[in-house]
Amino acid sequence: MKKFQFLWIMLSATLFFSSCGDNRSHSQGVYMLVDTSGTYAQEMGKATKIINYLLATLNPGDSLAVAKVETRSFTEKDIVARVTFDKRPSQATQQKRAFKSKIEEFAKGVKGSAYTDITGGLIQGAEYLNETKAGIKTIVIFSDMQEELGKGTVRDFPIKLDGIRIVALNVTKLGTDNADPRIYLDRLARWEARVRKAGATDWVMVNDLENNMESILVTR
Amino acid sequence: MSDWHSLLFWPDSVALSVLALGILVILFMYAARKPMHGVIHSLCNLVTQSTRFVSRWLFLSAETLRLRNQSVLLAHGQESASAVIDREFERVTNIIRKDMQEFPALQRKLMEELTRIEDDYRKCGEVPPPPPEWVSALESVSQIKSGGDIPRKLLEDINKSIQKIHDKTVAEFRRSYEERHKILKTLNPTWRSVEKLIGEMGKKMVTLETNAKQIDGHMAKFEGIRAKDNKTEHALTTSAFVQLAISALVMVIAMGGAFINYKLIALPMSEMVGASDYISNNLKTSDVAALVIILMEASMGLFLLESLRITQLFPKIASMDDRMRHRLMLASLIFLIILAAIESSLALMRDMLIADKASLMRDLASSAPAVTESWFTSIPMAGQMIMGFVLPFALAFVAIPLESVVHSLRTVLGVLLVQTMRGLGFALRFFGVIFRRFAKVLEMVYDIPIVIPLMLERWVIAMRKDTAD
Repeated sequence: MKKFQFLWIMLSATLFFSSCGDNRSHSQGVYMLVDTSGTYAQEMGKATKIINYLLATLNPGDSLAVAKVETRSFTEKDIVARVTFDKRPSQATQQKRAFKSKIEEFAKGVKGSAYTDITGGLIQGAEYLNETKAGIKTIVIFSDMQEELGKGTVRDFPIKLDGIRIVALNVTKLGTDNADPRIYLDRLARWEARVRKAGATDWVMVNDLENNMESILVTR
Repeated sequence: MSDWHSLLFWPDSVALSVLALGILVILFMYAARKPMHGVIHSLCNLVTQSTRFVSRWLFLSAETLRLRNQSVLLAHGQESASAVIDREFERVTNIIRKDMQEFPALQRKLMEELTRIEDDYRKCGEVPPPPPEWVSALESVSQIKSGGDIPRKLLEDINKSIQKIHDKTVAEFRRSYEERHKILKTLNPTWRSVEKLIGEMGKKMVTLETNAKQIDGHMAKFEGIRAKDNKTEHALTTSAFVQLAISALVMVIAMGGAFINYKLIALPMSEMVGASDYISNNLKTSDVAALVIILMEASMGLFLLESLRITQLFPKIASMDDRMRHRLMLASLIFLIILAAIESSLALMRDMLIADKASLMRDLASSAPAVTESWFTSIPMAGQMIMGFVLPFALAFVAIPLESVVHSLRTVLGVLLVQTMRGLGFALRFFGVIFRRFAKVLEMVYDIPIVIPLMLERWVIAMRKDTAD
């Protein structure tokens, strides 16, 4: 009887201490969309730098995926590399090295696409991030935010980006933007309104990649 | 505006209404003077009595607590003093056992030396036999009345013989003195040996005397504790304050060491328990695990010192039989060594992880030059490993100041609590006295608005008195 009593106490104590653990996810999930359409494909060097920054900043247990924005981007085929870093720092470092190699390979052979399906990429990114069950989810869009859809591509429907931060990077001005800046501003405002309506927690735009890279990720 | 106007007796004439209201209030206050004074008195009395009661209780409680503190302090002091006296007696016993057991041998040696000295001295005192009794022969020759040349010849013969014998005797004496000088010379080392032996004995006696003096001092303290005199109590209390301050300082230093230790193993612990697990919002599991390791080291150190009877925080360990205590000591020492080895390897892993991360950062930046590997780059790694191994043992000694803190904190807190209670009691008593006076002030304040009816009352009373007279 006394043995059972002891076991019962031990079990209760174990349950009590296990319930003390924080069940919330503290990991980050980052999905980076890299625009490879037209002249923007030349910006790949900058994109690599940003990916390197993300690799340096993300911690064990975090997830990172890099996908290209093409004619139709709502497909896993466009994901260049994805990884959920191991909980052990040494393994995470190895994974980061492997990820870097993949990105370097991709950067060497990048080809410009005819159209830019940012919405498809966003939906794909949201799907990936929800699967990772990360605590903080971020979609980084490395693009001029000029969406050009091919014939038969349907994207004019409400999307769901609940609990996801959207960070637009290196939003370059197009020739037409220089002629009429309102086009540029309208474009950005439209995207902000769209992602906020979709349930995004935040909309951040970073054009100064030299000094403002810290804004890409939120600190814990 | 019109709201309060409607409350007036005559809304059109405010002054008249206020005046009427004022007169009514004064009349009411005059009528209610005695009951109001009673209420003021009762309320103030209530407060005074309550504060007095609470103050008295505080003083009594403080006294009880002081007595309790005193008995605990004296009991603890008595225990410490008896332990010190025990130790001193043990030391004296050791001296007596170790040194005094050599005393018979020393004494025997000394006696031998003294006998030798005595013999030699006696030998020195021995004089060679005197010359033959020539004097009596000469006397006999001189008594011969008649003679001629015979006595002269005899005397000449005797003179010759004496001369010969004299020379021989002188030579013999010289030789004898020479021998005695030699003996005296050989006495020097013996004297030195005796002096040395006496010196040794003297030294031992001095040590014994010092210990005896120390025991006398401790005994005086012990007697003071037994007699419960204020001087000893004050000395013990001051000692507790000093002990607490010193121990707290050592504990702070030890905490610094523990922090360094924590920093050494927090990162590599994430390799074991995962870097992304959290216990609370900001508390990583790996950090807690590192902390647990450090606390375990401190606990093992505590058990080690307990089983060595250096500290006595756990009476159960102190009262264990020697075999069990020895086993416990070995077990804690082994655990401590294992934990130190783990920590040392974790420190190595930390260095490797940092180096790996630095290498990755270099790769990612692809602009920073690679650090050249040389022998001095491995110095920090070696340092970390040594620190990782040594710090747990250093932390083990925290048990000593911890014990001191535990013992002295009770006294210090007790004294502070007594002082606080006394201070509070005094403040309440003071408050009660003020409130008693305040009742008078309130009565006077109450009487100010009704000063006119009071004057009238006094006037009427005086008039009645005059009429009655």
